Amino acid sequence: MPADATRSGSDPVLSLRGATLRFDDRTLWSGVDLDVQPGEFVAVLGANGTGKTSLLRVILGQQRLTRGEVLFEGEPVRAGNPGIGYVPQQKLADDGTPLRARDLVGLGLDGGRWGFWPSRRKRAVVDRLLAEVGATSYARKPVSRLSGGEQQRLRIGQALAADPHLLLADEPLASLDLSNQRAISELIDRQRRERGFGVLFVTHDINPVLGMVDRVLYLAGGRFRTGTPDDVLRSEVLSELYGSPVDVIRARGRIIVVGTPDSGHAPHDEHHDAGHEELCDHDPSDAEAVAL
Amino acid sequence: MIAAVDWSQVFNFADYGELIVLLRNSIIAGALLGLVGGLIGVFVMSRDMAFAVHGISELSFAGASAGLLLGVGVVQGSIIGSLIAALLIGLLGARARERNSITAVLMPFGLGLGILCLALYPGRSANKFGLLTGQIVAIDDPQIGWLIAVTLVVLIGLAVVWRPLMFASVDADVATARGVPVRGLSIVFMLLLGLSVAVSVQIVGALLVLSILVTPAAAALKVSASPLVVPLLSVAFGVTAMVGGILLALGSSVPISPYVTTISFAIYAACRAIAAVRTRRSSAPRPAPVREAQEGALA
Repeated sequence: MPADATRSGSDPVLSLRGATLRFDDRTLWSGVDLDVQPGEFVAVLGANGTGKTSLLRVILGQQRLTRGEVLFEGEPVRAGNPGIGYVPQQKLADDGTPLRARDLVGLGLDGGRWGFWPSRRKRAVVDRLLAEVGATSYARKPVSRLSGGEQQRLRIGQALAADPHLLLADEPLASLDLSNQRAISELIDRQRRERGFGVLFVTHDINPVLGMVDRVLYLAGGRFRTGTPDDVLRSEVLSELYGSPVDVIRARGRIIVVGTPDSGHAPHDEHHDAGHEELCDHDPSDAEAVAL
Repeated sequence: MIAAVDWSQVFNFADYGELIVLLRNSIIAGALLGLVGGLIGVFVMSRDMAFAVHGISELSFAGASAGLLLGVGVVQGSIIGSLIAALLIGLLGARARERNSITAVLMPFGLGLGILCLALYPGRSANKFGLLTGQIVAIDDPQIGWLIAVTLVVLIGLAVVWRPLMFASVDADVATARGVPVRGLSIVFMLLLGLSVAVSVQIVGALLVLSILVTPAAAALKVSASPLVVPLLSVAFGVTAMVGGILLALGSSVPISPYVTTISFAIYAACRAIAAVRTRRSSAPRPAPVREAQEGALA
């Protein structure tokens, strides 16, 4: 499915204007300005508890901003916008799930429609989506029997089913091994180029997507920086952001951030681990933990 | 000759044809319950609510007992009890852990309330035991009418919400993001579940509701993961257990419940055996998929 003409214009698909989110007396982030262009790949970085997942909830219309506005294709966001695809934090399906691989993708197509009878065109569309995400070989296997990498491909296929203009991915690589991390991030990268949708990719580890990311939004202690990875992921920029000395080390094409202070700038932030190396940490338990 | 059990009481098929005609209504109600139980069981399983079903059935029993005592009617009372319990569990127990504790708190309360009402009831005691262990043969015509009407409501309700309810049950996060009214669907589901439980209590009894609302779907899920095959199998299992149980019970003085629960359990055991054989077969020549599955489980 090629990107249609309306998407090749330069109007941003997503705009944040002075966006501020505060819970009680704790500011997650404030004054965030960000435009995501069609086809652009933006990574959202930051330690646990910096409000990465909350940002996605705001864009999904599930959480109101304290101040500022968030626009999707020029309109205020609302819940259930079909133009926004969503790949949630990975959660493995359990045994009581009456779904095969192709059925999970199919829910992305018509899961919200009332009734029980599938439409006639569904089968062909699902077949094509399965082929696009490389899941044809296990299309008929129960979801509960698939590996994490296989399930993540299906999640992406499910999100693509509605032909989104913006894809939100929340730690889509968490708990995947390195080869699956590469496969999944390359899949997202290829699809956004072919279909021309913007990507907002929440991650605590930039390295698997370092070569693909156009810009990063780095959240820390209620403040933020935006720019290309080379602009933002520098010792002096992050030291200023954190307000204390931080070293960004580049080794063998990877980026490691050392010495981020633990929760000093985020009062009442109990989720914030003693922060160091959060950009190269593969521990799945590190997933964002802002309880709402 | 010492006979501990008089088997002629368990199986005695004299005058069978006449009995079937006499109990045609009961067989119809049983078949409808098998249908409803098989369908709603698929969602009970995918929403992990088996324990909540048991809790609702105890409050349904309390409602039925109160209905008997106050003269409101057993079926009406059990529907009211079921709906209250289902709503309480649905509203207060959004998370699995909360739901389990609320169910555990409600269950003994309901049972105690039911026992109190039955103890105060001055009438015949045959009905009392029936509410716990099944009494379809004792159901009269107006009651059958109620049961059939409630069953139809559940069937129509399920047909309307089927796909979004499935989406919300297996994948609540994405369903919410896509604008599916997950919270509203959960309440609708609880109401439909409450009605199904109320019907089941009348037929198999409050203590044995799980055998018709959970076991058939659990068995079906052992042998398939297709969203079409699982409900069809589950319904086939549920109807087989219900109608088979009623037909066997006709020829005996034993209530229908043990027949229904035994058939239901046997089907589940058979499905487990089939699943075990399949896993062994598929793992022997092709080790790769199993390794993936294990990785998935560990991840």
